[in-house]
Amino acid sequence: MDTTFLIAIATMGGLGFLFAGGLALADRKLRVEENPLIGKINDVLPGANCGGCGKAGCYDFAVNVVEGTSKINGCPVGGEDTVNAIAELLGVEAGSAIKMLPRILCKGGHIEAAKKMTDYYGPMSCTAMHLVGGGDKKCSYGCLGGGDCVVACPFDAMIMTENGLPEVIEDLCTGCGICEKACPRDIIEMHPENRSVFVLCKSHDDPKTAKEVCSVACSGCGICARKSEGAIVMDNFLPIINHEQVDASIIPFDKCKTGAIVNIHAKPEPVVEEVTEIEEKAE
Amino acid sequence: MDLILIFFSAAIVNNFVLSYFLGICPFIGVSNKISSAFSMGLAATFVMVITSIVTWLIYHIILVPFELEFLQYVSFILIIASLVQFVEMFIKKVSQPLYRALGIFLPLITTNCAIMGLALFIVLKEYTFVQGIVYGLGAGAGFTLAITIMAGIREELDLADIPKPFRGAPITLIVAGILALAFMGFSGLISG
Repeated sequence: MDTTFLIAIATMGGLGFLFAGGLALADRKLRVEENPLIGKINDVLPGANCGGCGKAGCYDFAVNVVEGTSKINGCPVGGEDTVNAIAELLGVEAGSAIKMLPRILCKGGHIEAAKKMTDYYGPMSCTAMHLVGGGDKKCSYGCLGGGDCVVACPFDAMIMTENGLPEVIEDLCTGCGICEKACPRDIIEMHPENRSVFVLCKSHDDPKTAKEVCSVACSGCGICARKSEGAIVMDNFLPIINHEQVDASIIPFDKCKTGAIVNIHAKPEPVVEEVTEIEEKAE
Repeated sequence: MDLILIFFSAAIVNNFVLSYFLGICPFIGVSNKISSAFSMGLAATFVMVITSIVTWLIYHIILVPFELEFLQYVSFILIIASLVQFVEMFIKKVSQPLYRALGIFLPLITTNCAIMGLALFIVLKEYTFVQGIVYGLGAGAGFTLAITIMAGIREELDLADIPKPFRGAPITLIVAGILALAFMGFSGLISG
């Protein structure tokens, strides 16, 4: 009994010592000199290994940054401080970092969008509404107003307005894109903050239905597509903007009868009132 | 003939992932893309072959003569962990391209139950040295096969219109289950 015990300890100890010694020796003999920058950049990264950059952890991201295959602003968690720190280490300008912001592509709140005959009673969650008949708005594409995005936002950067549409507080937004994933109707899209031309509607309804269900819906007339030299194409009554090509100056915003296509960086014009006037005349 | 049977038994009939349910973690975790899944499979095969060689030697040269068979678990863990560390360093020094292909996956495999299971199965089934190597090769080939099939299905799944509650992990687990059912069709073809 005693001897087995001793032999076991000796064997395992011996094996452990052998392997430890082997590894220590191998580490000395086989060490690969790495760029010291990698370690320095790794130190300024958050170290959460969350994979938000798309790489296999912070260290992998640091390697990619040094090799130039990842952009220095690739870490969505670290934010501006990390970008500046990396930029300082690499001696490059940090200015190229363009923030991503969520854009809410629906203008049909409680006032604009027509209600169904029946009311919705149930959990105030867009996902639940979307599953059971699509909430109480007639439009089957628009914002449900349940606030899933507001709940999902970890930075309290979204609020629900009285009109039942979410709003982004841009100063608090980090551009993480969680709200985009929370929306069951894909109304929220992430875009670089300097993009200005958007169709604030997701409706594929034909012009007649669109007009019935929402006063600000895109009716699908296609005038923006015809006047935009190919930067906008129509897809089943909805204009799709090619953001790489589009030029705000050639889009005929005043021709859009419903005001669905807008330049969000332009000063707000009293478009909505005009629209209601036109509609009243038409009726 | 015997060796061929052992190979196909380990690779297909008694597939480590789909019949023994060993190594599920990388099977689910690294099966997003065919390219990385295949690299993972190659790395696993590599480690499995080396493990079967070294554990067989240690078991029969050290543990059996000293009647220390009860130490196999502890010593196998020690052997596999330090061996993979060493192999990783060696590859990094010798071949950077190979390190890029396998390197990140190697540490993931170290602590995997499929490798440990392989070492214990070789002892359990009383394989000879050559049989052990072929068994390791077969197990690795089976792992590569399973994870590559899974990655192929998952690449197609990305394009499929899956109901929202099933997206991501749930549908992956369902697919893995169906795949395991399909492999059950081989069971009993070769015993052992």
